[in-house]
Amino acid sequence: MHHEHEVERRAEVGEGSPLWAGPGEGLIVPGYRRDHENVDPPGDFPEYRGTILRHPKRPLVPIPDLLTEVTGPLLGEDRIGGSDFDLTAGQGGEPQGQKMVLHGRVLDGNGRPIRDTLVEIWQANAAGRYWHAWDNHPAPLDPHFEGVGRCLTDEEGRYRFVTIKPGSYPWGNHFNAWRPAHIHLSLFGRAFAQRLVTQMYFPGDPMFDHDPIFNSVREPADRARLIAAFDWEATTPEWALGYRFDIVLRGRESTPFEEPHS
Amino acid sequence: MSGTTPERGLPPTPSQTVGPFFSFGLEWEDGPLAVAEGTAGAIRLEGRLLDGLGNPVPDGIVETWQADPDGRFAHPDDPRGAVTRDGFRGFARCPTDGEGRWSILTLKPGPVPGPRGTTQAPHVAVSVLARGILTRLATRIYFGDEEAANAADPVLGSLRGEAERSTLIAAPMEGGYRLDIHLQGPDETVFFAI
Repeated sequence: MHHEHEVERRAEVGEGSPLWAGPGEGLIVPGYRRDHENVDPPGDFPEYRGTILRHPKRPLVPIPDLLTEVTGPLLGEDRIGGSDFDLTAGQGGEPQGQKMVLHGRVLDGNGRPIRDTLVEIWQANAAGRYWHAWDNHPAPLDPHFEGVGRCLTDEEGRYRFVTIKPGSYPWGNHFNAWRPAHIHLSLFGRAFAQRLVTQMYFPGDPMFDHDPIFNSVREPADRARLIAAFDWEATTPEWALGYRFDIVLRGRESTPFEEPHS
Repeated sequence: MSGTTPERGLPPTPSQTVGPFFSFGLEWEDGPLAVAEGTAGAIRLEGRLLDGLGNPVPDGIVETWQADPDGRFAHPDDPRGAVTRDGFRGFARCPTDGEGRWSILTLKPGPVPGPRGTTQAPHVAVSVLARGILTRLATRIYFGDEEAANAADPVLGSLRGEAERSTLIAAPMEGGYRLDIHLQGPDETVFFAI
């Protein structure tokens, strides 16, 4: 565990600083738990070469969650078109590849569903090629698959997409570097503090051991939570395989007003 | 997930990089517009995203979240209550261009209450995402023409000296404010652990 370098504890601004003085007169705003600090990858992970010139070298400065951090954009229906959950539709024909359903729940760290929150996904096509001008991997583009989806979670925090299984693709990070197949996800939750951008992988991918981005998450148990589960129940006869991927955003610290410890 | 005690909670899903090829997924036509073009009082907030060599980051995305000009949020977790302002989203996102430039159109936020009776100076919360950034970087933008408010701001006050504070303070310009975000280097921006 080498996450200490990420966050410098500025002891000298603790005692007496209005920032860290704890609840006092004025607004009491419960923050979000800091358990993500042990889970998220370090900024500096040189095996992934892109980090070398792009990670802050000075320690992150801890600040408590204040009003700006415990609030956040509550983006709603106006961001979503009716068929945005179906990445295989509306593009003039059936895309190439293995059709799949991706579904799951968005929960907070207290196990509560996060409802009505925007989930954005994007991915390569079945051949491992992105709909992006700078992707020069010589695999074919699919005119029927752009690879973008959006939806809102329901009352139980559930989301569901229909898509095709993305292919692996080579990248220039090191000799013979291939990414494991993955789908990118962007989540807002309810608060600026909960913002999460991540990637979902497929069970048993032979590229796991060779991928520095996947392995930038240090603990195997944490990496395991980036891998979707094959879902027989969501697998639909003659149509699509099912995968389930539950997403947990940071949980809120309890407020002084919740039930006291017995 | 069943069987996890509420006291310990569910561990969060780890972060991964946004990668280089996100623009077709995350670009919204109105993304950079927290308010529509032509809105009275709108300001431009812009700058560049630069790497450790001072080179532009052309495959990054900058997101902003902020209070309205009265210091209110359209959000029920603000204990003062949610206040929605017509035509103001509070959130903007802008991918960087080939020169690392980002630019949003918004309203200047008002001051916001802080802990222990302090007042936070007008500020914008910022997320920075890019290829090579494994976990969202969080920073803030303050406004150079708010000297008195900035001097009393508890977050700026917790930083070490003018060199750190100045990395967060945007310079006034015609029609708005400007601030470069340095991921690394002698002018490295202060990033927060939140």
